[in-house]
Amino acid sequence: MHLRRSRPILLLPVFGLLAGCNMVTMHPSGDVAVQQRDLIIASTLLMLLIIVPVMLLIALFAWRYRQSNTAATYDPEWHHSTQLEVAIWSAPLAIIVALGALTWISTHVLDPYRPIARISPTQAVPQGIKPLTVEVVALDWKWLFIYPDLGIATVNELAAPVDTPIAFKITASSVMNSFYIPALAGQIYAMPAMETKLHAVINKPGEYEGFSANYSGEGFSDMHFKFHGMSNADFQRWVQTVKAGGGGALNRADYLRLAMPSERDPVHRYAVVAPDLYEAILNECVDSSKMCMSDMMRIDAHGGLGLPGGRNLVATDYESLRRRDGRRARTYVASICEIPGAADLKSRLAQTRPQTRLLNDR
Amino acid sequence: MTFNADFWRFVFGRFTLDALPLHEPILIYTFIGVAVIGIALLGAITYLKAWKYLWTEWFTSVDHKRIGVMYIVLGLVMLLRGFSDAIMMRAQQALAFGHNQGYLPPHHYDQVFTAHGVIMIFFVAMPLVTGLMNFVVPLQIGARDVAFPFLNNFSFWMTVGGAVTVMMSLFVGVFARTGWLAYPPLSGIAYSPDVGVDYYIWALQVAGVGTLLSGVNLIATIIKMRAPGMTLMRMPIFVWTSLCTNVLIVAAFPVLTAVLALLSLDRYVGTNFFTNGFGGNPMMYVNLIWIWGHPEVYILILPAFGVYSEVVSTFCGKRLFGYVSMVYATIVITILAYLVWLHHFFTMGSGASVNSFFGITTMIISIPTGAKIFNWLFTMYRGRIRFELPMMWTLAFMFTFVIGGMTGVMLAVPPSDFVLHNSLFLVAHFHNVIIGGVLFGMFAGITYWFPKAFGFKLDPFWGHMSFWFWVVGFYFAFMPLYVLGLMGVTRRLNHFDDPSLQIWFVIAAFGALLIFIGIISFIVQLVVSFIKREQLRDVTGDPWDGRTLEWSTASPPPAYNFAFTPIIHDHDAWWDMKKRGYTRPIQGFHPIHMPKNTDAGVILAGLSVAIAVGMIWYVWWLAAVSFVSLIVFAIAHTFNYKRDFHIPTEEVVRTEAERTRLLTEGA
Repeated sequence: MHLRRSRPILLLPVFGLLAGCNMVTMHPSGDVAVQQRDLIIASTLLMLLIIVPVMLLIALFAWRYRQSNTAATYDPEWHHSTQLEVAIWSAPLAIIVALGALTWISTHVLDPYRPIARISPTQAVPQGIKPLTVEVVALDWKWLFIYPDLGIATVNELAAPVDTPIAFKITASSVMNSFYIPALAGQIYAMPAMETKLHAVINKPGEYEGFSANYSGEGFSDMHFKFHGMSNADFQRWVQTVKAGGGGALNRADYLRLAMPSERDPVHRYAVVAPDLYEAILNECVDSSKMCMSDMMRIDAHGGLGLPGGRNLVATDYESLRRRDGRRARTYVASICEIPGAADLKSRLAQTRPQTRLLNDR
Repeated sequence: MTFNADFWRFVFGRFTLDALPLHEPILIYTFIGVAVIGIALLGAITYLKAWKYLWTEWFTSVDHKRIGVMYIVLGLVMLLRGFSDAIMMRAQQALAFGHNQGYLPPHHYDQVFTAHGVIMIFFVAMPLVTGLMNFVVPLQIGARDVAFPFLNNFSFWMTVGGAVTVMMSLFVGVFARTGWLAYPPLSGIAYSPDVGVDYYIWALQVAGVGTLLSGVNLIATIIKMRAPGMTLMRMPIFVWTSLCTNVLIVAAFPVLTAVLALLSLDRYVGTNFFTNGFGGNPMMYVNLIWIWGHPEVYILILPAFGVYSEVVSTFCGKRLFGYVSMVYATIVITILAYLVWLHHFFTMGSGASVNSFFGITTMIISIPTGAKIFNWLFTMYRGRIRFELPMMWTLAFMFTFVIGGMTGVMLAVPPSDFVLHNSLFLVAHFHNVIIGGVLFGMFAGITYWFPKAFGFKLDPFWGHMSFWFWVVGFYFAFMPLYVLGLMGVTRRLNHFDDPSLQIWFVIAAFGALLIFIGIISFIVQLVVSFIKREQLRDVTGDPWDGRTLEWSTASPPPAYNFAFTPIIHDHDAWWDMKKRGYTRPIQGFHPIHMPKNTDAGVILAGLSVAIAVGMIWYVWWLAAVSFVSLIVFAIAHTFNYKRDFHIPTEEVVRTEAERTRLLTEGA
């Protein structure tokens, strides 16, 4: 059994190196990530309770019952033992019951959609404190952060005050990405036309790595940004610099330019941001000639426009829908107010068709 | 004579000379290399006048043993391709730090990691698993062939067709740059307009037909063709795991076919199942593909579990501990395999209760899996363990797999998964279970059953070389990835900025190099064993003192496997027969009814590849003509009534007399 003997030797240099490397997930700086780290360690220890004895037994039996050891008992017909069977099913079962309970509780407590209840192990979220809301948009291939309450936006740079709950609302412009700042909290997907949420808090000032953790095409590898945890005063100063910094405004037309594929974009800070931009991104109607998904869904919920709705499809002929390799989306749904007569059609349909559907709604 | 552009577009679709990688030196050299090897191989076959032999004895063969061997050859050839991709990635990631962008730009690198995943799962692991099942299952249940021998040949050639389609993308056009599961919207026409994703779709669709049909075939074989007396609860464990695997195949692969068909509709005719707008929902694709994808993991691992069960019991010289609990553990895993798919995307934002449900079902799978590990452990207890290579692979598996199982359970806890998802920790985890579980099992199985297939053992020296380089190489290659994952490094990155990561990637690349030596050793082992075949010869048909029926017949087995169908009285039928002083019947032979070889499988698969090529390159006439030909040929084939023949008694007598002679000489 050379295998067994050589294993610890193989691992030695690994432990040496481990001491020297920065395992951010094991030493995070945000309370959510700290709790997730504790969970990883707790579940590992729970499993080691059974894995270590199993490994030792494999080694022991392999050695003891080797062919050359004729002193060991040989019982070729021994193949059943009820007590052992009960033990080998119930030992893992017991571990999994414990781990399952841990999973159920921790998944609910650490649900990214759930506002955080504590700032640190010793400090609950103070009454009446307003979380910092950040709207995150994954673009090709950069990150846009909108601070709706502050009226500013940044590209490839995120800042937040320490010990303040942060509420992220996350979406994407084109394909799927994953929003991940290991020091702050676990990741969550950023998906186009959909919104995911993440609640977290950063406890130590510092500069942390953030990136996309889901492959999204050609420029994916450079899709990272710095996350700055700042003291409250520093954060206020930072906000003032952004507002005074002359980064210009981010309105719909600027966004459509920004959303075009590009790589390794430098940090950009917008002093002003259009208030309805995030909603428009989420509903895929930054270009106001497109119908917003929310409107489309509202119409559909009332029975839709039926076949005549097809008249609302407009061939794409504008730059913003140009895709990465030059191909254009074939059609899009026009904003109803843009098409003369469409509003008429909508009201006429509302009188006739939806009645039947309304009954079904009930 | 001049033709306008429309004409050329009609003839060649979107294929142009630009699709040939004439300006890409790496691919040119690869092509030259492949062409030289290919021409050498074809030349050798021609020189040896082996074409007729290959065609009549192998390609058109409906013998499950030959088809099994061909599957394994396919798996090993594709392993070389998949591993080339792996070593290219390891080299890129070890080099590309700071200003150094490495040697693979994203355009190539993204194809390489996509192809690596697709090839390793669909065209390495699947053929190896299917090949072993094909070869072993009929022998273990005392049958003369599978239930539908022609279908078996057809399934194999469809799998080859899929592999050919993937390989074609290396030199003609590009492969997908989407990751191995091709999540939309990235894989939609808007973001992947080139042929890459179409190569992906059609390769998997063609191969998928083969996989599904071979699943149907093996289920029918196991249910209907067991020797008299072999009740379900007397089947060898490998047959049990094969049965469960094929049930999984038949239930899961149609989902893959359907989801890829929907993606094709999005790409070809402008539907909006998975697009961003018009009510399309990419999350639906992610769900559907994992409803296939998770059972797929168990499709691969269950037969490997079966191999370990056979190997442990044989080399411990002892009946398997806890047969009944082993069977139920397998069945429980089969059922639970369908209830865990969401754990692949906890981070998509499902509610806490949904995430917990799928996290807990995932953990529950570790209970039957743990029971299996204990069963192997207690089979070793009070055994007489012979450390032959199959047993060494099994021990390496037991050590390695428990680590992979542990990291798997860590990933099953949703809040932990938020931290580790898509990181190199995840990459390390699934290589840990697929290499440490599936691949080690396949090597154990190949070493174990090789003498049955060819009549001589594999050379042990080069086997040990291969074993140690693989096992040590695996630890060097993947343990650093666990560390990197904990350092927050995500997968599929083309280059890095943080220089402190580099050492880990260098260690991982070194591990890949060790594995490379392991693969070379394996090839050398095959060559050396062939050269030394007379020294390694086994005439008994039972070189390992085996326990199951396949060891009761000659090595290699005659075309009909068993001159008389054995009658089963107990578990481990051959062990039981040996114990009771079984004597081989040497007279009273009858003519044996056998299926006849056919070229229909090769032709149907060839036409399927032509359809795929036509669809990929928008050469509509080619797709249409091939499709019509496929249908016509398939119908015409049903009128072929010359499907069977009888092996005359004299030939059976001759074959069996030869075996008697060898047995007496050996004894």
